[in-house]
Amino acid sequence: MPKILAKTQLSDDVFQFRVEAPLIAQERLAGQFIMLQTHEEFGERIPLTIADADIAEGSITLIFQAVGRSTQQLAKMEVGDDIPVIVGPLGSPTHVSKVGRVVCVGGGIGTAPMHPIVQAFKAAGNRVDVIIGARRKDLIILEKEMAALADNLVICTDDGSYGRKSLVTVPLKEFCEEPNKPDLVVAIGPPIMMKFCAETTRPYAVHTLVSLNTIMVDGTGMCGGCRVNVGGKVKFVCVDGPEFDGHLVDFDNMMQRLGAYKSFEKESWTQYQTQGTPRGQGHDCKIDALADEFSKRGSCG
Amino acid sequence: MSENSEASALLHSMIHRTEPIKVKDRLGIPAQAMPELDAGYRARSQDEVATGFTADMAQLEAMRCLQCKKPACVEGCPVHIDIPGFIDFMAKGDLQGAVDRIKETSLLPAICGRVCPQETQCQENCTTGKSLKSVDRAVAIGRLERFAADWERKQSQVKIPAVKPATGKKVAVIGSGPAGLVVAADVRREGHDVTIFEAFHKLGGVLRYGIPEFRLPKEIVDQEIHTLTQMGVQIRTNYVVGRTRKIQDMIDKDGFDAVFIGTGAGLPIFMGIDGENLVGVFAANEYLTRANLMRAFDKENSHTPIWPGKKVAVLGGGNVAMDSARMAMRLGADSVKVVYRRSEAELPARKEEFHHAKEEGIEFCFLQNAKRVLGDTTGRVRALECVRFELGEPDASGRRSPVEVKGSEFEMEVDTVLVAIGNGSNPLIPQTTPGLQVNRKGNLIVDEVTNKTYMEKVYAGGDIVLGAATVILAMGEGRRAAKAINQMLEG
Repeated sequence: MPKILAKTQLSDDVFQFRVEAPLIAQERLAGQFIMLQTHEEFGERIPLTIADADIAEGSITLIFQAVGRSTQQLAKMEVGDDIPVIVGPLGSPTHVSKVGRVVCVGGGIGTAPMHPIVQAFKAAGNRVDVIIGARRKDLIILEKEMAALADNLVICTDDGSYGRKSLVTVPLKEFCEEPNKPDLVVAIGPPIMMKFCAETTRPYAVHTLVSLNTIMVDGTGMCGGCRVNVGGKVKFVCVDGPEFDGHLVDFDNMMQRLGAYKSFEKESWTQYQTQGTPRGQGHDCKIDALADEFSKRGSCG
Repeated sequence: MSENSEASALLHSMIHRTEPIKVKDRLGIPAQAMPELDAGYRARSQDEVATGFTADMAQLEAMRCLQCKKPACVEGCPVHIDIPGFIDFMAKGDLQGAVDRIKETSLLPAICGRVCPQETQCQENCTTGKSLKSVDRAVAIGRLERFAADWERKQSQVKIPAVKPATGKKVAVIGSGPAGLVVAADVRREGHDVTIFEAFHKLGGVLRYGIPEFRLPKEIVDQEIHTLTQMGVQIRTNYVVGRTRKIQDMIDKDGFDAVFIGTGAGLPIFMGIDGENLVGVFAANEYLTRANLMRAFDKENSHTPIWPGKKVAVLGGGNVAMDSARMAMRLGADSVKVVYRRSEAELPARKEEFHHAKEEGIEFCFLQNAKRVLGDTTGRVRALECVRFELGEPDASGRRSPVEVKGSEFEMEVDTVLVAIGNGSNPLIPQTTPGLQVNRKGNLIVDEVTNKTYMEKVYAGGDIVLGAATVILAMGEGRRAAKAINQMLEG
């Protein structure tokens, strides 16, 4: 079973794990993800993106936010523990080529999967601008790593506690208005952020890729739970994606579908908390909090 | 298992009579009805519906077999089990003899006995049934097969098939569904090293994620897999061939001498109607996988949520539709309606499943079809718009094709829609394995005799080749591929 080799808490509820997974480390490409379970018999299968990999060590890096029962349980695991189920790499890799100027927008935890994508576009000889956004300073992740890779790094926070006080769409729009406007934009973050990034680039006709993180059960092209409407056609995130043309994705439907189990997850979370196992802070469901936040703010970037 | 005194008395008189038993006597034995859980109880339980014959019922049922010289039943069996042979043992009360005879050809009798469509295979050809002018009165071959296999399991003396001395050859089996399990066993028996690669955390493929507990208890699947591991078959779970490792690398770098692809059916097909992506519309695959593989029916323990549908519509009329409908009822639905475009006569589901479903309170809406799914303001399902059909002229398949009745649209109030109209092919292996070739539907193209693909050393079988078919057909394919693999490795 995959052993946890290193654990770092990046912020209040964001964790970085380096996990033993030699085959996945070897095969994974930018844009791919894994499925994980914290319990073999009864665990839920959750998709997590791969933030980095080390072939020599045979490890992959996962960055996740403890927002629900499964991720909260994962966050409680320590170095040396075995994760019962990790399977991957899944999904179609990012199509990387030399296109010219690429702008990569990472919102919150979405900065993690963006990391290998930035690496790949740089390696292919592109100029890469990176925009990282988060609510506040302590939620900014991978700043150093991105600074080392990007030709230009812009950091935005909602509250202005670090970098620019703005949503990610503001610098993105500015880039689109520059004479050498981007040839490609890749946006990964909360659905509402990706939706608004796509809306920002649409008038400039800049091709915009988004990476979708829908509800999945198997993650291998069997259950159909991850389906999204892309350009009027049903597409499956686990095998057709996770990346799609952001100008064609029906984000509103996708967001509704993401909320399908919200109330049940809340129940599960409550059940989990009342069993006394988690941190025991007794706060309300974070999924609710997050959802409310997205809808209030219109963006999480 | 409660005793059946009527069967016991009749069996007693048959065994102890002095004059020989004639054909007429055999035909006079009433077909034994399968004991079942009460419909009211089972509709809310995952317990297996059919509880199985008693020993006396099984022996009596076996005596109904006429021991035909040219057994037509064997012709109807995709793996050609010696049906009169094993039934003869059962009629004489020799259950071990019966099990041994079955296992010469079929590895998974406890499973086949439960899920094979015998009424369109072996039992359809049964002379007893023909003489009594009803396939329903054919010898219950499947139930007898099940009884023999269950008996062996309950004795805790399941025999481990003999394995020949090691050949040093390595075979990879991708997927642990019915096709893969058969290949693993058949190839291992010849002394080759076998590793099964399974994408999920649990083995069994469709036997695990698709067919519900109430029709196929998972303890039976576990037993069959245990037998394979006892034979020395290696198992790698959480391993998605094509992604975790390419097939070409398994051959070139990992030293596999042959590969069998049995990855099953793929992505669910949707109707292509408006509202199909609303919250509350699920592919049967997803619904059943949550319930079966992820154990979502065990609400106390499972972390995987399942949609608590109260008013459920199921689209489709096959066995998967029956499983979905019956599962929805078991998970607490108030009403479950199966919406099917044709009439009862054309229903593709097994008759037995249809009857069980009806007994459990599932309603059947024949000659109706969904036109669109209607949602509320939050994007959740509120109703299904249906339209009525009537049967027209027979089509190419001989079935009378349904014709829409203009203006007959109506709304069916539902909160959940389960789509069970079939599966497409899984693109994962073809996408990542350039040497393979697929047909128009995306299924792998293989040689009809050997099941070999366009790649050297690579074979395939089951739903990835056939499209959505049955467990036994997949096993038949597996058997053919295993034979060809064994021949190739020998040569």
